[in-house]
Amino acid sequence: MENKKHANRHVYWNPYFGGFLLGLLIILTFYLTGRGLGASGALKSGVVTVVHTVAPNHAESNAYYSKFIKEGESPMNNWLVFEALGVILGAFLSGAFTGRLKFKIEHSPKITGKRRLIFALIGGTLFGLGAQIARGCTSGAALSGMAVLSVGGFITMLSIFGTGFVVAYFFRKNWI
Amino acid sequence: MGPLIPNGLIPVEWNYIIAIFIGMAFGYILEASGFSSSRKLAGVFYGYDFVVLKVFFTSAVVAVIGLYYMDYLSWVDISQLYVQPTYLWAAIIGGMIMGVGFLAGGFCPGTSFCGAAIGKIDAIYFTIGLMFGIFIFAEAFDILEPLFDGSNLGHITLPDTLNMSPYWIVFIFTIIAVVSFAISDKIRNKVKKVFY
Repeated sequence: MENKKHANRHVYWNPYFGGFLLGLLIILTFYLTGRGLGASGALKSGVVTVVHTVAPNHAESNAYYSKFIKEGESPMNNWLVFEALGVILGAFLSGAFTGRLKFKIEHSPKITGKRRLIFALIGGTLFGLGAQIARGCTSGAALSGMAVLSVGGFITMLSIFGTGFVVAYFFRKNWI
Repeated sequence: MGPLIPNGLIPVEWNYIIAIFIGMAFGYILEASGFSSSRKLAGVFYGYDFVVLKVFFTSAVVAVIGLYYMDYLSWVDISQLYVQPTYLWAAIIGGMIMGVGFLAGGFCPGTSFCGAAIGKIDAIYFTIGLMFGIFIFAEAFDILEPLFDGSNLGHITLPDTLNMSPYWIVFIFTIIAVVSFAISDKIRNKVKKVFY
């Protein structure tokens, strides 16, 4: 029994089933709200809030932060922030039902955990920067954009994955 | 006719409740499909696991067919749906930076939330990095603004740009997706298995 439970940890949904459900969810999201899904937008609200709290004058004089600061309303009061909280909750529930809740650093046996964390931090920083420049990440720009045949959505998707294949060779030790 | 909230058919007060439930479904689907594992995600770039390609393309094809069919049935007005504006060079260069970030960090924002939610410490570091990257962008906004605001082509879609019927584009896109699934399975059979 214990053995079976352990073996189940790596059993994920069939990707076509997951993709089908995700497609239905995108349709539902557009049908209800007129917009698609997103992820990085919530963190942008978080950063704006932190900077505005720590250095209010600096945030208000900065041309980017000030776009998202409104008198008497927190930037956290935003659809994408609530959606992102839901993402964390939903992923936690899925992990809980399948026995995947566990603190760990996932890395290739060829590299150390420390190296994995350094690269995760660098990768996250680059991704955060890129997502701001492109006005959205894989969810908001690429996936939701493709669902409404946005030219920008397809360009962003091709650019992310095209670059990924080009640079994959240099990062191979981290993964395979 | 949809979209329901912008057209006032659902009171706007429901907006955040709906946001949480949609987010929960999004997170649940991503985690259950294996998107909380960076080594599984990175597999698409080395040919040992194509779950990213399969989930991503399947969902895009299902969504675009569904939305155009609902438009055809007049359940939703597709012209009212939000199409993000295309800033050509911002999309290309931003995408390239994200591509390098993906290979270095092994996640994208949505998947790092899922990894963090089930206790992956690398995903938590990636999320901290994301916030740092957004901070750098905002602080360097004066330098990056020409790129960010330049080359604005407006809210363009493929049917406008290619001057083709959207139905043909959806059809061709579906064929491309199905062919890519077949090719990915062939590649995966040839590539050495990676266990994680």
